[in-house]
Amino acid sequence: MVEAIAMAHGWEMRQDERVVVIGQDVGANGGVFRATAGLQERFGKDRVQDTPLAEAMIAGMAVGMSAQGLKPVAEIQFMGFLYPALDQIVNHMSRMRYRTRGRLTCPVVMRMPHGGGIHAPEHHSESTETMLCHVPGIRVVCPSSPARAYGLLLAAIRDPDPVVFLEPVRLYRAMRQEVVDDGRALPLDKAFILREGTDVTIVTWGATTIETLRAVAELDKEGVSAEVIDLATLSPIDSATILASVAKTGRLVIVHEAARNVGVGAEIAAIVAEHALYDLQAPIRRVAGFDTVMPLFKLENDYIPSVQRIVDAVQLTLAD
Amino acid sequence: MKTAAEFKIPYTQLLDATGEPTRELPAFARDPEDVLRMYRLMTLVRAFDAKAVNLQRTGQLGTYAPCLGHEATHVGVGAAMRPEDVLAPVYREYGTQMWRGVTMREILTYWGGDERGSDFAGPRQDFAWCVPIATQTLHAAGAAMAFKIRREKRCALAYIGDGGTSEGAFYEALNLAGARSLPAVFVIVNNGWAISVPVAEQTAAKTLAQKAVAAGIPGVQVDGNDVFAVREVVSRALEDARAGAGPTLVEALTYRLSDHTTADDASRYRSDPEVKEAWKSEPLVRIRQFVLKTGIWDMTQERALQQDCARQVDAAVGEYLAAPKPATDAMFEHLFAKMPAHLVEQRDVARKYGAKSGRH
Repeated sequence: MVEAIAMAHGWEMRQDERVVVIGQDVGANGGVFRATAGLQERFGKDRVQDTPLAEAMIAGMAVGMSAQGLKPVAEIQFMGFLYPALDQIVNHMSRMRYRTRGRLTCPVVMRMPHGGGIHAPEHHSESTETMLCHVPGIRVVCPSSPARAYGLLLAAIRDPDPVVFLEPVRLYRAMRQEVVDDGRALPLDKAFILREGTDVTIVTWGATTIETLRAVAELDKEGVSAEVIDLATLSPIDSATILASVAKTGRLVIVHEAARNVGVGAEIAAIVAEHALYDLQAPIRRVAGFDTVMPLFKLENDYIPSVQRIVDAVQLTLAD
Repeated sequence: MKTAAEFKIPYTQLLDATGEPTRELPAFARDPEDVLRMYRLMTLVRAFDAKAVNLQRTGQLGTYAPCLGHEATHVGVGAAMRPEDVLAPVYREYGTQMWRGVTMREILTYWGGDERGSDFAGPRQDFAWCVPIATQTLHAAGAAMAFKIRREKRCALAYIGDGGTSEGAFYEALNLAGARSLPAVFVIVNNGWAISVPVAEQTAAKTLAQKAVAAGIPGVQVDGNDVFAVREVVSRALEDARAGAGPTLVEALTYRLSDHTTADDASRYRSDPEVKEAWKSEPLVRIRQFVLKTGIWDMTQERALQQDCARQVDAAVGEYLAAPKPATDAMFEHLFAKMPAHLVEQRDVARKYGAKSGRH
């Protein structure tokens, strides 16, 4: 997936000279995960800039650059280092268009590695998308495969508004997939049906699509037909796709790596409860990270929802 | 035109790269036992660091931040501090921590992915490793504020890297410490590189020590490969702070001889000749030459020390590897003083699946 991300950068930088890449170690080093590898050589130091080490500065600078008509694609090195930048994202980037009545805008992409599962050090495995989804005026996007990363990143860069682009670290090198470098974007604000089914709807996103699809394969053997929805854009949520699926299956399980409490899963559950309560044949179930700190890596696999937890949740839902 | 303000940044070196004194040495440097205590720890840290990198390479440790080349700065600071002071480290100052009683086993436990490594048996009030860059400088300022309020003759010392001095939190800490004349010392370990970004791309400032000027506090530079100079400069800064004279910013000039972490490959962004040149002034050879030349140490003792260090490191590694994995429960413990009901429930779920997953 990491190559697909670099490829999307390359395509759009070639097409649109307003696109400028900024961040720590994105230049000569090509990013700590190599997501911007080779870009500085191709596009020069003005368009691919190593910044000083300061996250609030990166986000604030992106606000200024974008208000001037550039399209900054900024990398925050890990999601755990995002928080100094939240002041700029929440108080300025997300509402520049709103408060100037459309006079100034912030077409920024804030990219960052997301989630755990690669034995990384402390503060390198967070999945705190909920904090961002709560902020009006920004989109939050999380791809689940190389092809989706390519198409969604292109869409994010082309979007006229700020997009936070969460890149699940477990997927960076987890799978090989042929991605055609054709500059074709995928739609934002649209969930993708990864697999059709009739008995239960499972909504997930990012890296937990892996465990979910494995769980579904197990359930298949037991004759359970599960429909899997990759949410892809976490905010705003594509309610229509979810509601249509639940109308068909009558059952809903939500899987996410982030902590359960006030997680995106809670919003999905609320949407379904508000709009489709009578379609439901069983209570909604959530399989989520626990409401504790993402533990250091000796226990991270106990934190991340496992295949078995998902299988059990689906079976309980079917038994209700 | 009048000059509104001027500043000077003093630079201190006591031993040159060959271990020759460049000026009269302070009392501690003339006390063989004191000198050898620093030398022995620097040697141990070097051996430990190499072993830790090796453990990572062989899949027995997670990502690890080496300290190769920083031993003089780290041990010099450790020797300058008093036990009752408080340390706010970054994440590679093992020499200071080991001087203060943090064990090699604890360091390995942390980088081995287990929070128990941060529960230091030795310096109970020292802060744990701090990965979010520069945030620890404010913790040191806060601890110093507590000492000041309680009128305790103690100091807080925070480390920060060259890259970290670009963060807002660093300036906020210096400003607060200056404005309230706090008993705090900030040590910038300027090793030339913030992962792949060299200092010249980080700032236009000629020195990092001069960042003190805007906070109204003294800023000094020291040869960070010279353990005597580091100890001398930091001791003075701590004495001043303890005496109520306020904080100091110390910039220790050294070089990151290793990759940033074991997940990094520095050959992608920096040149071999630069690294080779840096090896010529590395800290351990310098102090070794000094102790040999002054006759307080000989090669027989050196060989015995190398063996002893290897033994100590092996023993720590053995303890680390023999320790059982933390129980699944550990991720719910210590989040709150008392575990709330929803976590009790989630702990029970995790127990069930932790056992089932067989990934322990």
